[in-house]
Amino acid sequence: MTAAVLAAPGVPRTRVLRWGPAGYIAGRVLQAAGVLWAAYTVTFVILWLLPSDPLALVLSANNVELDSLTPAQLAEAQARYGLDQPVLTQYWTMLTNALHGDLGTSTTKGVPVTQLIAERLPGTLQLSGLAILLALGGGVLVAWLAAYVRWSPLRLLLTRLPSAGVAFPSFWIGLLLIQVFAFGLGWLPSTGSAGPQALILPAVTMAIPTGAAFAQVLTRSLTDTLAEPYITTATATGLSRAAVIGRHALRNAALPTLTILGLLVGGTVTGAIVTETVFARQGVGTLAQESVLNQDVPVVQAVVVLAAAAFVLVNLLVDLLYPLLDPRIARSR
Amino acid sequence: MTTLTQSRVTAAARAAAPARTATGRSARRRATARALLRRPGFLIALAFTGFVILSALVPAWFTSADPYATAPADKLLPPSAAHLFGTDELGRDLFSRVLHGGALTIQATALAIGIALVGGLGLGVLSGFVGGWVDALVMRAVDVLLAIPGLLLALAIVTAVGFGTVPVAVAVGVGIIPGFARTTRAEVLRVKTLPYVEAARTGGAPWGRVLLRHVLPNSWGPVAVLAVLDFGAAIIAVAALSFLGFGAEPPAAEWGTLISAGRNYLVTSPWLSLLPGLFVGLLVLALNHLARTVEEVGR
Repeated sequence: MTAAVLAAPGVPRTRVLRWGPAGYIAGRVLQAAGVLWAAYTVTFVILWLLPSDPLALVLSANNVELDSLTPAQLAEAQARYGLDQPVLTQYWTMLTNALHGDLGTSTTKGVPVTQLIAERLPGTLQLSGLAILLALGGGVLVAWLAAYVRWSPLRLLLTRLPSAGVAFPSFWIGLLLIQVFAFGLGWLPSTGSAGPQALILPAVTMAIPTGAAFAQVLTRSLTDTLAEPYITTATATGLSRAAVIGRHALRNAALPTLTILGLLVGGTVTGAIVTETVFARQGVGTLAQESVLNQDVPVVQAVVVLAAAAFVLVNLLVDLLYPLLDPRIARSR
Repeated sequence: MTTLTQSRVTAAARAAAPARTATGRSARRRATARALLRRPGFLIALAFTGFVILSALVPAWFTSADPYATAPADKLLPPSAAHLFGTDELGRDLFSRVLHGGALTIQATALAIGIALVGGLGLGVLSGFVGGWVDALVMRAVDVLLAIPGLLLALAIVTAVGFGTVPVAVAVGVGIIPGFARTTRAEVLRVKTLPYVEAARTGGAPWGRVLLRHVLPNSWGPVAVLAVLDFGAAIIAVAALSFLGFGAEPPAAEWGTLISAGRNYLVTSPWLSLLPGLFVGLLVLALNHLARTVEEVGR
């Protein structure tokens, strides 16, 4: 575990020594910006260079057949989407536009992509926020119980529970929850986005796979931590097992899980696509699903870049906060 | 998908796993096999995985029902001895459809893992063995690919390439390459510094021979475990993409399509969605258990 902890912040230590904390932060921010730029470039290559004819893709999204156009119309359409320019010019225009907050126009809806996303984002943020809280809370609870419970069948069940959580497809879990809690018991609405009650089932659905992955890492780390000498010391001072695990072990065991926080947030973004589809909610996830189905290239690109930005931002925050949370790392610099 | 995420996490964790000596490899392998066969959980998981793969290869051995034969009189029957998983809205036998759908899903998954293995092993070996600026370049590329969530990368590829089983498989495969590249590189870096590799080099063996005879065979163990683990993750990713409607055209049905199609009858005939999903979940659970047990025992 120590190796993983020390390897976590991405910047070589020598640079930190030479430039101090400000240099560390600046370097880390630059690195994040670089990754984001590269991610944008990857999506550009996939979506605009990989298709043999991006114009056909764009036009078929509008139900226009390429063959039905006269050469003049064709040239006009190419000019409208900037596809008559050399590839590098196209790339440069799109990148500068994106930096100015213009992510292009949806080819099927004719609306600026930023407007589409801004309309759908609040619902998804609510859902993801609640899901992440549930995942973290549930993950800590399961890991703590798995360490605390002594009755071995229950202990085994608790350690195995997260593997089941990651094995079952989240859309199936969603359908099962709908079947049990909406149709069977009638406690909660099955679909839609009306009211806070409609938020519960989708949030739980999204929280299960991410929470299970989190619990797996935390349980493993907790087992390592409980073997440390200071745990024996804490027990010897007469603290209860609950307090030793909860206050002493859990805090240190939670540190390595910080590094996977970014991955969990990324998982939540993809989870939103499936979950919102299952529960028929209006959100960025369903926007992505519709856009792929209609081959609405600019929207797909925007959603992918947005998800990458969220991932990069969370990782940046984790890297910057890590030395504050774990003084051992700050001192070793 | 989270499972993709999760396997990346395990890949990262594995990179930090303690090093093992390479002495007595075949003897240790036999001991490992014996230890594995003594675990009932491992045997059950192995049997179920074997059954699913065999039934996907030769569905006729396990069911005589035609997956496409409609029988309106027998529509939406609950599970029974005649129809193990019940029937769907057109009276088709769901068990037969799950087994035949398994063929599509497992082929797609195998293709995805194949792409990831070839691409990941290639990049990882290149990166770890050559080192220097090649290593830096490849690893930065891997970092970038890891920053894009797997399913979203797959969605972008599907948008560009089109829908169907093969595009979905390619998209999922490309999404898993980074994890493989990382694990392979870590292993190659570890093996490269071991005395016997140095000895082989000093003995005058050309680097290609050292790579093929000494480095690769000793570094691919963790990669194989990752492949089994990612097989489960890839099944879920393929199912998720076909659930979202990007997979094979009807009447062919992958597992994801079956679960999605059953959604409309969730109130009256819940088994249509829930049984195929349970089947998929159990398979992934079994695969994960296999990979984890091999890893634990081999340590």
